[in-house]
Amino acid sequence: MSEHIVPVRIYVTIFLVLLVGTALTVMAAYVDFPWQFNTIVAMTIAVTKATFVVLYFMHVRYSTRLVWVIIGAALFWMAILFALTLSDFYTRPWLSTQTG
Amino acid sequence: MSSHATTADEAQHGHPALQHHFENMEQQREAGTLGMWVFLVTEIMFFGGMFLAYTLYRSFYPAAFASASNHLDITLGAVNTGVLIFSSFTMAMAVYCTQVGKQRPQVVCLALTLILGLTFLGIKAVEYKSKWDDHLIPGRLFPGNPYNPTVAQHGDPDPHKLHLLEGATVEKVQMFYWIYFAMTGMHALHMIIGAGLITYLLIFSMKGRFDPEYHSPVEVIGLYWHFVDIVWIFLFPLLYLLGRHLEHG
Amino acid sequence: MKPIESFEVPLPPKVNYINAQYGLKSWLLTKDHKRIALLYLGSITFFFFIGGIYALMIRLELLTPQGDFLQSTTYNKVFTQHGIIMIFFFLIPSIPATLGNFLVPMMIGAKDLAFPRINLLSWYIYMLGGVVTIYALLAGGVDTGWTFYTPFSTTFSNSYVVATGLGIFINGFSSILTGLNFIVTIHTMRAPGMTWFRMPLFLWSLYATSLIMVLGTPVIAITILLLAFERLAHVGIFDPALGGDPVLFQHLFWFYSHPAVYIMVLPSMGVISELIANFSRKNIFGYTFVAFSSIAIAVFGFLVWGHHLFVTSQSVYAGMIFSFLSFAVAIPSAIKVFNWTATLYKSSISYDTPMLYALGFIGLFTIGGMTGLFLASLAVDVHVSDTYFVVAHFHYIMVGGALMGYLGGLHYWWPKISGRMYPEGWGRFSALVIFVGFNLTFMPQFVAGYLGMPRRYHAYPPEFQVFNVLSSAGASILGFGMLIPAIYFVWSMRYGRHAGANPWHLPGLEWRTQSPPPTENFEVTPVVTWDAYEFAPREETEVVGKFRPELERI
Repeated sequence: MSEHIVPVRIYVTIFLVLLVGTALTVMAAYVDFPWQFNTIVAMTIAVTKATFVVLYFMHVRYSTRLVWVIIGAALFWMAILFALTLSDFYTRPWLSTQTG
Repeated sequence: MSSHATTADEAQHGHPALQHHFENMEQQREAGTLGMWVFLVTEIMFFGGMFLAYTLYRSFYPAAFASASNHLDITLGAVNTGVLIFSSFTMAMAVYCTQVGKQRPQVVCLALTLILGLTFLGIKAVEYKSKWDDHLIPGRLFPGNPYNPTVAQHGDPDPHKLHLLEGATVEKVQMFYWIYFAMTGMHALHMIIGAGLITYLLIFSMKGRFDPEYHSPVEVIGLYWHFVDIVWIFLFPLLYLLGRHLEHG
Repeated sequence: MKPIESFEVPLPPKVNYINAQYGLKSWLLTKDHKRIALLYLGSITFFFFIGGIYALMIRLELLTPQGDFLQSTTYNKVFTQHGIIMIFFFLIPSIPATLGNFLVPMMIGAKDLAFPRINLLSWYIYMLGGVVTIYALLAGGVDTGWTFYTPFSTTFSNSYVVATGLGIFINGFSSILTGLNFIVTIHTMRAPGMTWFRMPLFLWSLYATSLIMVLGTPVIAITILLLAFERLAHVGIFDPALGGDPVLFQHLFWFYSHPAVYIMVLPSMGVISELIANFSRKNIFGYTFVAFSSIAIAVFGFLVWGHHLFVTSQSVYAGMIFSFLSFAVAIPSAIKVFNWTATLYKSSISYDTPMLYALGFIGLFTIGGMTGLFLASLAVDVHVSDTYFVVAHFHYIMVGGALMGYLGGLHYWWPKISGRMYPEGWGRFSALVIFVGFNLTFMPQFVAGYLGMPRRYHAYPPEFQVFNVLSSAGASILGFGMLIPAIYFVWSMRYGRHAGANPWHLPGLEWRTQSPPPTENFEVTPVVTWDAYEFAPREETEVVGKFRPELERI
């Protein structure tokens, strides 16, 4: 078989990293950061955790380029959905006659 | 892939799990994995619609969303996050055990994954029940218990009452709760389906079906399970944590 | 001069996928992609007739300016159901689930799709969605328009919104599974030597279609669920009184439904590429451009949905972005049209029925596409939005485009599917009748719409009557024209001339196995060493029309 076998110690490490990340995000939630940084911190931690799950638990680190393209495409398409829809709602206030 | 012509007959020989239309096990495994990844793309777009609604309405009603979020039980949410991460770990270990041919540990890991998944659902049920008790089920989904939370007066520490931050209204808090139930409900539905799939894996694993040569169902269902974990990794901070820094004691 | 080859009368093959096993169970539990394609063929034809009956009722009502045939609420249900059935139960599955299911494995040299049981499951899901929707129609129908706009659909409509939505939701899974199957099959099961750029363009277009199916359909799924949630629970998702925004529904709805129109037309374009190249005996001009334009349409198609929201409260800045992108999406389609035309130039065209449909497609799709540009420009759209101009535009693409491609493909591959030829004379006749009937039906609608006749109205001001009478007359001709193939295809299954493996004398991989094919498609897995449209020097016997020796270099 051509598949790569990930060693157990990596799984354990990633598992611990994920738990630490969860604790971190809970603690950070109680700190009052300026502007929108609470959200930015929380999302950064979440994206990091998700990345570890994808790369190691889902073996994407050792997968073919096609899998990487598929994941990239999904994220890109979600970005399209968000960007263009929000481009409507967030630019409505620009025109004084329109309300958000 | 083979570089010589194969007849329909040759495909009959080979691994018993090889399906007739594939040339060899490698092609079958590749197709199965790719198929699951394409399916996960559809799941990402499916949840994406709800994440969009969340983003939009949170930006419209930040105070209401923060107030509503603070009413969720952060301990249960955090514990559930830990439970799900643990189940992802045991799922990954189950795949590992099939790859190295360890029969007994394989079964144990799958069983643990299933138990943890059911634990998650149990805790979720507890949370939903408390929402029911506080009359926070949105709209008239259950006409017998419509949306009707009690708003806490200033200084009242009662956890069953809604503590509204500056600028929040009870109506806009309802917007949060339909999103909460839609997203966690859809997530829970996927977990239930996942639990069913893992049960199937458990049964066949106990029969010794999976070995280093053939274990792609374990791998592929593992991918699905990890995806469900990832959705929760995002749901937890977005739903449970967004207003904690605004809580006043 | 080469001697004329003596032709043997082709004998039907002894064992093929049709007679390999007998009995209802062998069809309903089949894993053979070819049998599943036929199951789909029967079902979508059935739904097409239902959608056609609704069309008939619309055109009957609109013969007179007064609303005298149907009540307004009934009329609302009729055009809604016409749209739902035609779009979700006919157009979207049509080419992918019938011709695609049949041909994808054959064109790449495989024995079946990657997931045969999922293929069968997708048909059962389609049927389940159909049954639920028909139940909703019979129980009382739905009157919101196929677009289900809120707040009418969530709050004010007294019709079977949730039941119909459920039927469409279920049907969506069928679409997703088909697309998933095609993507995995094309990536992993190509025969040795079949590189991406040796694939027929039909496969490129189906691959692009599958991308859209997989990326877009889940969003309409969640949209329908949210719609049902809102209708049942009144939570305020789309209700302004409770803090929601009805335009959010439209964003979510059209995020899928615009790419959906490319699901409907891309496979048809793929068929046209096959027909143009093969019936002009010439390699398609600009193969790479046509292949990549399919992918470009799939990608760009996801960026333009806001042009359906120009006349809502959508921000004008977003409108400008969407307008620009809508112009951009026309470019890859135009590239295809130019390449097809260049292929025809100095080629050896044979005017068989499939080619007639292909030529019809090129003209009608061009009209439909160009009128789309009218709609893409913000100022004009304010004038023609929700008028018959829009109705004519999309029927030119969907019927003049997608349906023509489907019929052309059906005729082209009929010998492969059934082992029989359809009667060529009747084929050409009905193609012409359909072409004339179609144009008479929908060209007057452009004028009526531009002059201001609104869509979805059962009564209209008398000055529009002349256009409506022309349109209804055309519709009856169109209907008659489409009945003819329905009859002769069935007739040919029993009495048609036996076709033989390669009745058109073409180089495609699907023509290198018997007609109808054996269950496993090929006796031996082929090793591909030729390009998609390599035509060997022609012999006189293959030519329909005059022999031109200078073309033998192709």
